[in-house]
Amino acid sequence: MFTDELGQGGNAAGGPDNSAGHHSGTGESRVQLITPGGERVSHPQYDAWVRDVTDEQLGSLYEDMVVIRRIDTEATALQRQGELGLWPPLLGQEASQVGSARALRDDDFVFSSYRENGVAYCRGVDLADILTVWRGNASSGWDPYTVNMATPQIIIGAQTLHATGYAMGIQNDGADSVAITYFGDGATSEGDVNEAMVFAASFQSPVIFFCQNNHWAISEPVRLQSHIRIADRASGFGIPSVQVDGNDVLAVMAATREAIERARHGGGPTFIEAVTYRMGPHTTADDPTRYRDANELEDWAAKDPIARVKGLLERKGLLTEQLEAQVAAKADAVARELRAGCINMPDPQPLDIFKHVYSTPNSWLDRQEDHYSRYLASFGDPEGANSEEGAR
Amino acid sequence: MTQMTFARAINSGLRKSLENDPKVILMGEDIGTLGGVFRVTDGLQKDFGKHRVVDTPLAESAIMGTAVGLAYRGYRPVVEIQFDGFIYPAFDQIVSQVAKLHYRTQGHVKMPITVRVPFGGGIGSPEHHSESPEAYFTHTSGLRVVSVSNPQDAYTMIQQAIASDDPVLFFEPKRRYHDKGEVDESIDPATALSMEKARVVTEGKDVTLVAYGPLVKTAKDAALAAADEGVSIEVIDLRSLAPVDFATLEASVRKTGRLVITHEAGQSGGLGAELAASITERCFYHLEAAPVRITGFDVPYPYSKLEMHHLPGLDRILDGVDRALGRPNSLSGLEG
Repeated sequence: MFTDELGQGGNAAGGPDNSAGHHSGTGESRVQLITPGGERVSHPQYDAWVRDVTDEQLGSLYEDMVVIRRIDTEATALQRQGELGLWPPLLGQEASQVGSARALRDDDFVFSSYRENGVAYCRGVDLADILTVWRGNASSGWDPYTVNMATPQIIIGAQTLHATGYAMGIQNDGADSVAITYFGDGATSEGDVNEAMVFAASFQSPVIFFCQNNHWAISEPVRLQSHIRIADRASGFGIPSVQVDGNDVLAVMAATREAIERARHGGGPTFIEAVTYRMGPHTTADDPTRYRDANELEDWAAKDPIARVKGLLERKGLLTEQLEAQVAAKADAVARELRAGCINMPDPQPLDIFKHVYSTPNSWLDRQEDHYSRYLASFGDPEGANSEEGAR
Repeated sequence: MTQMTFARAINSGLRKSLENDPKVILMGEDIGTLGGVFRVTDGLQKDFGKHRVVDTPLAESAIMGTAVGLAYRGYRPVVEIQFDGFIYPAFDQIVSQVAKLHYRTQGHVKMPITVRVPFGGGIGSPEHHSESPEAYFTHTSGLRVVSVSNPQDAYTMIQQAIASDDPVLFFEPKRRYHDKGEVDESIDPATALSMEKARVVTEGKDVTLVAYGPLVKTAKDAALAAADEGVSIEVIDLRSLAPVDFATLEASVRKTGRLVITHEAGQSGGLGAELAASITERCFYHLEAAPVRITGFDVPYPYSKLEMHHLPGLDRILDGVDRALGRPNSLSGLEG
């Protein structure tokens, strides 16, 4: 009989969802540079990777995270108000997304899942464009080449192969950019993710596997996906890996920078497991009270990624009224722009359904489009043809 | 004009594409050092290098998924799936990614990927080596699907498929790989007959017989045999399975009034069903009889000692022609 009960596999002491710092014993400990209380702790290996982060940049990372949380809150509200069909909150994962995305260069390329809306913000995606998919106005909101970020992937793990292929292209081009792919703990069970690691290792491609272990794949706990620390799986593929405190923006940035440097200089792929927590539901259609304990959420709230940077800024005497006011103003402005962009987004037209299926004319589809446009026109009233009534 | 085998003709077309476009990259299992299990890519890695003719690990989904990433990067990947029955692990990447990315990204990202698939039976192989999975892909929006029947088309159409900005599933009839034919390598694929057009390969006036890939040869043989009995069969090589060139089919059926379709794939929900339905819709009043399908059975591809019962052969096709003509046939006396 199959079971996900801890202990069945002899690993009761430290499943990968054990957040207390234990681990299964094969890997090194979790990298942390800022404690939940906001204290900067030194790390012999990773300090060097963030030594150049200035006070001002620390403030900027704080601002990013506050703004992203505000985007998340506003989008959730827009969904509740009927303006979005669905929204996948990233609440709690701000440090993982900001710390990694801000380590990238413009010419690096991101292949993400649907929850990396904080990464999209960091890449410079227009605010309203983040919402296009969720409002149902198109299947994606932006041109991937303007921000070097693919549009959200919904098939779990599929994008890891795209990143690996893109990285193979970088190698063929002789460029020094990298590809980074974001996925969750659930995705690590998918064949595509494992196959991507095989290819990346065989070809030593410049790709970073950035796994946000947020502990939950909808209702399934991480222990159902992996009986060892997720980061430790990478060694089986011959890929160096690191487990990092995903709620610590500096630690995430340090680990990502290390991986990027390795990839840029021919060192091949790296696997990063950022241990974080999905504080909200899987999507606005989900109800986590059906499957998880409220105490668990409380534990993680005490490790909030924004609170700890705020704590660090405070300890350093950087949390001035001016900074707080500036960050609050920015978050307000972004929320207003997001809401306006959502509500004012032009609706698609009925015949848009046929657009871009192919890049050149297709006789089958052209005939269907012709017939449907005649059908719509048969209502006589061009207004009616474009209304939902016309489609009924 | 040069006499060459089907496999050699594809090899020559691939070579031309590799020469003409530095973004063309070949990927697959055993295609490099070995030159492919059918030797279709023989010598290409030696001449173009390991970075352009890539031996991949054995993971079909990854071959397809990394091809997607390479296409994102501006490459034009040509993927070999070693055997038809091995395409299913790549099904999700083909159907959910390759086929949909242009639509998903509103035209910003092109997927000029060619997927070469040796398909069909008749070579005495074990399971998974003789399948005809084309209908899964003709049913998938966003893909173009073609099949070639002769060395000249193989040479020309592989280059057209690679040049296409849309993804193309390219079905190669593996039992014809060693057949020889005349190939004119000076033909410019850009001005040759488009891969989207069907071709009338034998003119006739009594019955339209539609085939593609491996069965075009069988259909031509059937037309020759029927001619001895005074029956004039018009054979059409479909070439493009999605979209189908219905204009060419319609013109033929309006002339003959009778339609017989043959493919190795099973009957129910197969491409023949689409052809029969569409031709019936488009030229119902020109039809003298119901369209007839002569196909593989709705069985898993059978073990090799029985495969010749499964594969439509000359006699079974002619029996179908008789049915279309209302002549005595194996089903005479049965209603419907």
